[in-house]
Amino acid sequence: MLNWWLPDNASTYGEDIDWLFNLIYYITGATFILVTVAFLTFIVVYRDRPGRRARFTHGNAPLEIVWTVVPSLILVVLTFLSVPAWSKIKMTVPQTDFVVQVTGKQFNWQVTYPGPDGRFGTPDDKTLLDEMHVPVGKPIRVNLRSQDVIHSLFVPSFRFKQDAVPGREIATWFEVTKPGKYEVPCAELCGFGHSGMRAWVYAHTAEEYAKWAAENLRAEAAPVQQARANEPPAVGPPAVTTRKGKQ
Amino acid sequence: MSAHSATAHPHVAHAEHHELGFVRTYIFSTDHKMIARQFLFLGLFMMIIGGLLALVIRWQLAWPETAVPGLGWILTETGGILEPGQYNMAFTMHATIMIFFVIMPILAGSFGNFCIPLMIGARDMAFPFLNMLSFSVAALSGVLMLAGFFVPGGHAAAGWTSYAPLSSVPEYTGTNWGQNLWCISLFVLGVSSMMGAINYITTIINMRAPGMKLFRMPLVVWSLFITAILLLLALPVLTSAVAMLLFDRTLGTSWFTPSGGGEPLLWQHLFWYFGHPEVYILILPAMGIASEILPVFARKPIFGYHAMAFSMIAIAFLSWVVYGHHMFISGMNPTLGLSFMVTTMIIAVPSAIKTFNWLGTLWGGRIQFKVPMLNALAFVWMFVIGGLSGIFMASTPVDIYIQDTYFIVAHIHYVVFGGSIFGAFAAIYYWFPKMFGRSMSAALGHLHFWPTFVFFNLTFFPMHIIGVGGQMRRIYNPLQYEFLLQQQHWNVIITIGALGLGIAQIPFVINFFWSLFKGPRAPVNPWNANTLEWSAPSPPPHLNWGRTLPTVYRGPYEYSAPESREDFLPQWQPPPARVGAGRH
Repeated sequence: MLNWWLPDNASTYGEDIDWLFNLIYYITGATFILVTVAFLTFIVVYRDRPGRRARFTHGNAPLEIVWTVVPSLILVVLTFLSVPAWSKIKMTVPQTDFVVQVTGKQFNWQVTYPGPDGRFGTPDDKTLLDEMHVPVGKPIRVNLRSQDVIHSLFVPSFRFKQDAVPGREIATWFEVTKPGKYEVPCAELCGFGHSGMRAWVYAHTAEEYAKWAAENLRAEAAPVQQARANEPPAVGPPAVTTRKGKQ
Repeated sequence: MSAHSATAHPHVAHAEHHELGFVRTYIFSTDHKMIARQFLFLGLFMMIIGGLLALVIRWQLAWPETAVPGLGWILTETGGILEPGQYNMAFTMHATIMIFFVIMPILAGSFGNFCIPLMIGARDMAFPFLNMLSFSVAALSGVLMLAGFFVPGGHAAAGWTSYAPLSSVPEYTGTNWGQNLWCISLFVLGVSSMMGAINYITTIINMRAPGMKLFRMPLVVWSLFITAILLLLALPVLTSAVAMLLFDRTLGTSWFTPSGGGEPLLWQHLFWYFGHPEVYILILPAMGIASEILPVFARKPIFGYHAMAFSMIAIAFLSWVVYGHHMFISGMNPTLGLSFMVTTMIIAVPSAIKTFNWLGTLWGGRIQFKVPMLNALAFVWMFVIGGLSGIFMASTPVDIYIQDTYFIVAHIHYVVFGGSIFGAFAAIYYWFPKMFGRSMSAALGHLHFWPTFVFFNLTFFPMHIIGVGGQMRRIYNPLQYEFLLQQQHWNVIITIGALGLGIAQIPFVINFFWSLFKGPRAPVNPWNANTLEWSAPSPPPHLNWGRTLPTVYRGPYEYSAPESREDFLPQWQPPPARVGAGRH
């Protein structure tokens, strides 16, 4: 039931996460039902009634060993089942020629493409504000940075989340399975404009992406979506809390 | 050592006749029972503030950017509409107040002070003056924390976790002295906790009554003993960290700010190295309280006494090596995440053992549904939900998705409200007669418990759902996100639950104050309980017992023992054979 509310998954490893989520959901759900049935049964059956004396017992060693060992085993198995997904998602980045740099700042996501030369920090880099275009079916490497405070890049539909920490670059990745437009909120409190700090990922088919890239990422193409008028200055956050950073 | 405490006060009989002035009796008292009452009042007062802040947060989330009823006279510029910075301040202070100024003062401060000497048979704490100082300093810390609401720029707004550099550079939040006072107040509170912890540990080790072996101690004393050890070792880490944060903000150091060579993750390591033991500081006393109350009202020994004590010790040890599970996606080396996943899974085991032992205690009992018991039962049941939801986030891949969502908010509230607060209510209803010498009204107690239980679940259970739906915590307005629009009705339901939960506390306030002044006089042992505090008068006089201290003959949970005609056998009652032998 709880898993009905998971947003539709649109990434390759999202399935692994959802599978684990469901597994834990069924294990904990069954445990909860068992405990609750026992709990409610006991408080009804053993309610205070005249003429009955409580059972005088201090415990039961075999029983206590069972309920120590069984949860331990279940948790060990859960740990082992979690390792492969974790190492696939966070401990490795697959080989890919698609790299974008995402920089969080109060209160926008800057998405930088390396341009035709394939390298960052060169004049043909293209930076978009609060939007990212990617092809489906290809691992997307994201080099995540922050300019000011800690932000967290969250794509619910991809089951993707990674904090962006100032002072370091974190390499991470996802691979989209379905074309579409996906919301990218910031998940870590980053100041008064935290709420509403949001970008979009546009996942295209390979052909559509090639077309989009040809139109927008070529060196001579006009810059897309440059910084908006009321955006806070790039370096140094605003000093006063005005009413909501309009996004 | 126990004999020493008995002879340490040769003038017991006289001591009761010393008239202390108002100030020495009610304000700068060294009597552990008065200090316990002071911590209780501090906690309950702060709970009102923390609770009202919660309602403000909930109003904003259900009906974003509409005027919060009753806030018009404070937020005159907007006519009561909360601004994003103020919203951040509200949730920051809600958590800070509830954790540091409600649960810790009530569970560790009040019941620690009240229960430890009375339940181990000591006349007072080992260091009564230090004990007094511990409350005075805590009260000062509370004043400093509340002062933050009145400074320009508003109170701290970087979350109760105050992640740097958001918290370490004033320009990032726009708060200046609010965050500074937050640091100073917690620094001062750290000093208070340290004084309390030293006192608890020393008292339990040195001042137990004759016959009170370690494994005859009531489990609530065990839980407070372990809590005190955690406090002693964990709080200094926070104390140092907030000092470093304050230096970053005011003296130009940069421990946590990368532009000066600092490391933002250092704050998180320090904070959670304190923060995870802190979670157990909040829940262990409540576990002890439940373990105390279940046997009394099931009229049955606690199931697996030693397992209960050892599982708490295990939790205390493990709590030092699980803290990294708060940082799985923080940028910490992901390989380290694996080790923290292993330890986090392991720490679920002692909690499972405790739950099964509580069930075992109910099995075959003769359960009396009195108000303390209802709250203790609610604790057990709700803690099960809070414990099980923790397993989701222990699994690192699942945590990627649910980290920083309302699922986490649901989990923490099932543990600290469903756990600690129900534990606190159970304790208040249970020990009130001893603490104040008067009985609380059972009718009002029921009127408080049942709506609280229902509205608690109405408030916090749906948070799991919106969390799974992806709603982030600490957002000002869920309507700003398209993917959250379809679940906004849950936010309305949650807020209605929260309002109900707030209203449900009114009978408690009435009951508490009415009983305090007008409640019927409480008998010495109203619940027919076994532990030593019920052998002292209600309320116990200064130095607790008359000329002689009670002697302990058995464990604390000998209910319905075959050797006794009654269904309880107090720790202080000599065995029949022994009495005979002593006379000859």
